Amino acid sequence: MSTPTLTPPTRPAGRPAAPHWLLRRVLWPLRNLWRSLTSMRTALVLLFLLALAAIPGALLPQRELNEQKTLEYIDNHGAVGEWMDRLQLFDVFSSVWFTAVYVLLFVSLVGCLTPRMIEHAKSLRATPVAVPRNLGRLPRHKTFTVDGTPEQIAERVSGRLGMWRRSTTERTLSGGTAVVEISAEKGYLREFGNLVFHVSLLGILVAIALGKVYGYEGTRSLIADGEQGLCNTSTAVYDSFRAGSLVDGTDLSPFCFKVDDFSATFLPNGQPSMYKAEVSYTENLADGVPTDWQHTAIKVNEPLRVAGDRVYVLGNGYAPTFSITFPNGEKRTQTVLFIPEEMATMLSSGAARFDTPAGLYPDEDERRNNQIALQGIFAPTAEFTGTGGTLLQSASPTPKKPAVAIDVYKGDTGLDTGRPQNVYQLDSDLMHQGRLKREARVNLEQGQSHTLADGTIVSFDGYKRWVSVQVSHDPAQNWVLVFAVAMLAGLLVSLLVRRRRLWVRMVEVADTADPEKRRTVVEIAGLARTDQAGWGEGFSDQAAALVDGADGARRRIRGL
Amino acid sequence: MDPNEVVADVDETLARYSDLLFGTAITVYVLAMFLFLWALGSARIRRIQSAEAQQLVGATSGRATSGSAPGGGPDLNKPGKLETAPRQPFSEKLAAMAYPVVIVGVLAHLASIVTRGVATDRAPWGNMYEFISLTCVACVIAGIVVLRKAEHRPLLSFVLLPVSLLMFIAGRWLYTQAAPVVPALKSYWLAIHVSVISIASGVLLVAGVASILYLIKMRWGAPGDSADQQRTGRTAALRRIVDAIPGAEILDRLAYKSVVFGFPLFGLGVILGAIWAESAWGRFWGWDPKETVSFIAWVIYAAYLHARATVGWKHTAAAWVNVAGFVALLFNLFIINLVVSGLHSYAGL
Repeated sequence: MSTPTLTPPTRPAGRPAAPHWLLRRVLWPLRNLWRSLTSMRTALVLLFLLALAAIPGALLPQRELNEQKTLEYIDNHGAVGEWMDRLQLFDVFSSVWFTAVYVLLFVSLVGCLTPRMIEHAKSLRATPVAVPRNLGRLPRHKTFTVDGTPEQIAERVSGRLGMWRRSTTERTLSGGTAVVEISAEKGYLREFGNLVFHVSLLGILVAIALGKVYGYEGTRSLIADGEQGLCNTSTAVYDSFRAGSLVDGTDLSPFCFKVDDFSATFLPNGQPSMYKAEVSYTENLADGVPTDWQHTAIKVNEPLRVAGDRVYVLGNGYAPTFSITFPNGEKRTQTVLFIPEEMATMLSSGAARFDTPAGLYPDEDERRNNQIALQGIFAPTAEFTGTGGTLLQSASPTPKKPAVAIDVYKGDTGLDTGRPQNVYQLDSDLMHQGRLKREARVNLEQGQSHTLADGTIVSFDGYKRWVSVQVSHDPAQNWVLVFAVAMLAGLLVSLLVRRRRLWVRMVEVADTADPEKRRTVVEIAGLARTDQAGWGEGFSDQAAALVDGADGARRRIRGL
Repeated sequence: MDPNEVVADVDETLARYSDLLFGTAITVYVLAMFLFLWALGSARIRRIQSAEAQQLVGATSGRATSGSAPGGGPDLNKPGKLETAPRQPFSEKLAAMAYPVVIVGVLAHLASIVTRGVATDRAPWGNMYEFISLTCVACVIAGIVVLRKAEHRPLLSFVLLPVSLLMFIAGRWLYTQAAPVVPALKSYWLAIHVSVISIASGVLLVAGVASILYLIKMRWGAPGDSADQQRTGRTAALRRIVDAIPGAEILDRLAYKSVVFGFPLFGLGVILGAIWAESAWGRFWGWDPKETVSFIAWVIYAAYLHARATVGWKHTAAAWVNVAGFVALLFNLFIINLVVSGLHSYAGL
């Protein structure tokens, strides 16, 4: 031992020194821990844990995918639900325990790969293992006696092992007998492919992580009228925005777009056939003014790719237009987004809030108590059912006969409170408190209107289409693909390439009949070095073909 | 006519032929399955006859030596001594007959898929019924290829059993009228991603069947234990069929070979799906339930390959891992589609 601190210079003779406590208590346990962590058995256990840990992610609602459903689930399960939430069962893939499993798995992977890569690099330069003394002990073994000197045979055999790495040694035994030995090995690519596979897995993980850190995703609902646009210059333009930890919103890819038109086609049974949004976009934002608009269409499987970002149209609906004519004759018009309730008929629901015109009610309290709010449903193809034919249903998702069924409220819509409200629903607390009173319940077809007791006219003017768009940015996703393809290629190579060793010993013998004729005893042995290489019946034929002098023999060694 | 409505352009006659061919395929598969089972069963009978013959020979030399090894321990794998003419045994004749029957079934099945594709003018795997149909035909073809050796062919009965069961479920409860697909599926990726996944699933199902048979063989197929031969009733009958299944080592190798083919193919299918998801759903991976269970299945198959290279895990444990992969695939097919809702759930399943 070279370190003086660990080995005392004087020690009692005959008794080995006890190792330093630092070795025993710290280094060895650490080394053992590392060894067991990087062992195949641990990797296996971690793989199972990974599979097991992912199961709740498939069976339980996940916050990442559907926040609403998750909250409902927690509510329905009371204390159990809350405990499940505390255990991060609704955020499986960002949970502490899932992260722990895959981090450990990748640490184990690195610990396993590093020595293997060094070993592989060494083996690439090493010469094949020398011929064993007793070839007859190997499971696949064959002996032939053929015409020719050992050198001639060796040349032939060597020539036929074209793709193999091989080394030939010649020596002479004490009796003057010439012996030539060939060691050959092939299948180095198998280990290489295996390493590529595992390194690519690491690459995928790193690329995904980078994508998460530098990526962002914003969603926004836009009216498809060619006016309302979106410029990806600030996070404030989005209804919701999710970003990686290194995105501060100042460095978004600059582009603008607007939805000019949206069309949905349906089969007669109501099944959607195709969605198509006509959009204009530009990357030219000189001085903050978008110019050079270009036009294209976004369809379900065809997002717009612009400035390194992708723009998707993920949802759509109807936005009815309502006008309120106040008693003083002033008119307010709004087009409000309604949320589809039934996808097959596009029966949609929503709400609208109208403030009173300035000056109509000088008193602040009076003004607040005369605001108008609407809430109800929209049917693209109206069908009235129920008693008296007043219940509005939709017969088709296409706008053949648009109509609304709305409740008209008067009072405090809550616009002034500053409290965030659900855009698609009126605040039921305000109704219960009597601050918002229902004035009427009416069915209106396009162009129809209804007059309230105080002379206010509510009219349903028509509708527009709206779409929800998602803007996504992931700078590393192409790298994920590159590593995924490399992973697959490495996997294929590592599964299909066979590692084999072949040894040939050629010993000169005298022909008993004709002493002048040169004969050689050829011993061939093979060793399959991979799991399930299945080098079975073919070996004898292949070995025979290796030494066969006929020209056509080369073809028969295929599969060796 | 409303400009927002398009006509569903489906050739009804052809679609009906497709359904008829589907039914034909199931029937033929079931027929072939029974022929193969019969072949297995009669191979069993022949072995027992030869074993009895050996026992008679052994009796002359004194058989009261030991109850557990009577007659000097007849080797059931060797032909009996009274068997004189080396004519082809009945079981092999049956198996030879059943093999073309399976091929006929596959042809009918393929024709059913092709006619449905032509009738709807799209890749014929746009709903669960069609997906199961494609997976099953891939499974049978993989079985035919993997079990192509004459002595392995009767094992096809154990491939045809889950296949006809799956096809029956698909035809009975999951059947969907031939119709165009929803917009999300109108992409050339449907033809690529779904077919690759489906073929990979079919191949991996064969691997699963082989591993299940392997485990049965390891557990109940103890060779030469003639005390069991004397047992009567159901146990003995089952045990005799188990005895007729080829050696455990062969099953193990078949399972491994199928996984070696199916696992990279499944990985390819998942990657292709991710590429599609990137243009359809706004991200290449989002832990949608189907994606999650595919990930789980992939990890399990990776574990299987690792288990085979680990001392102490090589045989029975590895086979159990493969069976777990089999369960994950079926879970992904049924539970995820029918119970859990996600992006992969489309109208009409």
